[in-house]
Amino acid sequence: MTAMGHDAPAGDLRLANLTKRFGIFTAVDDLSLTIPQGSFFALLGASGCGKTTTLRMIAGLEAPTSGQVLLGDRDIARLRPYKRPVNTVFQSYALFPHLDIFENVAFGLRRRGIRKVGDQVERMLSLVQLDGYGRRRPAQLSGGQQQRVALARALINHPQVLLLDEPLGALDLKLRRQMQIELKRIQTEVGITFVHVTHDQEEAMTMADTVAVMNAGRIEQLGAPADIYEFPATAFVANFLGQSNLLAAEAAGPAGGEVPVTAHGGRYSVPVGRSRIDHGPVYLGVRPEKLHLVGSADQVPAGHQHVTGVVTDASYVGVSTQYLLRTGWGSELSVFVANSGAAGPLPVGTQAVAYWDPRHAFLLPREPGQDDRTTPVLDEPVGAAS
Amino acid sequence: MSALAHVPTGSGQPATPPAARSGRYRFLPYLLLLPGAAWLFLFFALPLVQLAAASLYDPSGSLATGYALTWAFGNYPDALQAYWPQFTRSFLYAGMALVLALLMGYPLAYAIAQKAGRWKNLLLVCVVAPMFTSFLVRTLAWKTILSDNGWIVGLLRDVHLLGPDGRLLATPVAVVLGLTYNFLPFLVLPLYASLERLDYRLLEAASDLYASPLRAFRKVTLPLSMPGLVAGTLLFFIPASGDYINAELLGTPKEYMIGNVIDSAFLVRLDYPQGAALSFLLMAAILAVVFGYLRKAGTDEVL
Ligand SMILES: Nc1ncnc2c1ncn2[C@@H]1O[C@H](COP(=O)(O)OP(=O)(O)O)[C@@H](O)[C@H]1O
Ligand SMILES: [Mg+2]
Repeated sequence: MTAMGHDAPAGDLRLANLTKRFGIFTAVDDLSLTIPQGSFFALLGASGCGKTTTLRMIAGLEAPTSGQVLLGDRDIARLRPYKRPVNTVFQSYALFPHLDIFENVAFGLRRRGIRKVGDQVERMLSLVQLDGYGRRRPAQLSGGQQQRVALARALINHPQVLLLDEPLGALDLKLRRQMQIELKRIQTEVGITFVHVTHDQEEAMTMADTVAVMNAGRIEQLGAPADIYEFPATAFVANFLGQSNLLAAEAAGPAGGEVPVTAHGGRYSVPVGRSRIDHGPVYLGVRPEKLHLVGSADQVPAGHQHVTGVVTDASYVGVSTQYLLRTGWGSELSVFVANSGAAGPLPVGTQAVAYWDPRHAFLLPREPGQDDRTTPVLDEPVGAAS
Repeated sequence: MSALAHVPTGSGQPATPPAARSGRYRFLPYLLLLPGAAWLFLFFALPLVQLAAASLYDPSGSLATGYALTWAFGNYPDALQAYWPQFTRSFLYAGMALVLALLMGYPLAYAIAQKAGRWKNLLLVCVVAPMFTSFLVRTLAWKTILSDNGWIVGLLRDVHLLGPDGRLLATPVAVVLGLTYNFLPFLVLPLYASLERLDYRLLEAASDLYASPLRAFRKVTLPLSMPGLVAGTLLFFIPASGDYINAELLGTPKEYMIGNVIDSAFLVRLDYPQGAALSFLLMAAILAVVFGYLRKAGTDEVL
């Protein structure tokens, strides 16, 4: 552990039943999770779901209504922010406008009484590729540069935990990708626990070891990005992290290694290991890229399951073509077909059959009465800035 | 003068053809300057020259016999020698009042700007409200408040902070309190304006970076409120050190400040050369203090 002079025992960050209420509104609802020391943890959720509030409670800027924040086995939830071995990269950067870049970065060291800061600051500035910018003022820097100063200013203190609140939100796409790689590299290099808040699912997936998907103050699912993507736990996660075709179905308990379901008159099945629930109202889910299109049902390979429909839309997006297939009962399935050159494009209006391997499908709980959720969620454009 | 010279050209422009439009706009700034410049010229620059001349009149002249401009530079050392105690007192009292005003005004401005929430406007009105009555009336009210049979003096006597016949009125304390009270809004308003712009998230960032509240104040709040602090102290100190009403109404001749001396030189003793010389000396002293202060406080952090 690189913590300098902190007497706190190094260790995992644990949130235990953490709750924050603003009046009658619950912003963070009984949150419990463990973030292993040295890991890159992403908190992913739509804006307003309580991500910032969670970070602020870890940083000490917001007092929890109840619950604990444990670092190692020390409860720091009631510690003043300046006494916590935690630093934050703020969503608004919050750089000190009256100090130059050098002094901004040196701020934390100086407050801890460290005299000789020059070398460390220079090293940190070159880590974030801002060599030579030390004598400028924050206002003279671009948004991306300011963001990197905010990062350097927090990192230089070698906190046990670094909190990053949508730190890349203000960057354009290219710089964002660049900074994502950079951040990941820095994290590996310094080995500090990173808690990275974002509403960009792609960012969360590319950077984090562990992703927690948050919704309305609660964690919906927590796990490695691939695990969450391949086998989401809830309908929200299935459509927040990437897209899913969710068909309203009924399950009647497992049979053999399978859970048979009926959806819109068709019979399908999903392996038991890919079922979050095995009876009652369920969603039968398949990712758009796990669907394949053929012209007729007799072309479907053995062991696969299929749905017949009419192509209503085809958008060419370079690497793939994204089709909408209207089923007999009126829902539109998304189907992504890689532009590998193997098959020509299907024109709008043609009859087509979408098939999938049952091992790629999954079953999720469904509220009774809820219908298919197949078209992308429109209220939260994926990757949009809040 | 040059501003006046532009009048005919400026007002003549609209009659010229459209090609000269840019020419008309070229004179616009001067036109806009004109009323203010004329005002300053007539009521500041001219009287100032007149006053400078008066300060160099032959001191043996009088209103009855008339004054002669004899370039009597000796008026200055004479005036200074006769009245240096009042000079020192002026700056001492104004300085003490400034310290008191800072101790009260900074927390007040901070509270209104950062903590008052929806009471903000009401509190600001309260700060300014005394200004709705005249300076003289307010100071007379203080005379009542501090009077020997007022409740404050009574209370102080009861707790033995004042002797049985100790008093507040007609003491330096009363004059300093009066100055503090009368000029406090001039300090609070500019301070409020800069503290209002202070982003509380910077304080959160400071505390995230190991700054205790006190350190955060010293390293963030204070430097960021410097523009307001400098403006406020100047707006407070300059009129306070030239003031004579407070010393006149709340003090005795023993508490007289330089303003009182100038007042009496012009209106009682009718010694115009001396009054004028003292006025210039006061101006010079204030300018020296202000420039000294701005050099120290007025680093680029102020801007
Ligand atoms: N100080 C506050 N007072 C009242 N409500 C708040 C406060 N801070 C946040 N909230 C509310 O809590 C919810 C979560 O906010 P936040 O944690 O900032 O969301 P996120 O960072 O995920 O976008 C929002 O609905 C927000 O309006
Ligand atoms: Mg946020």
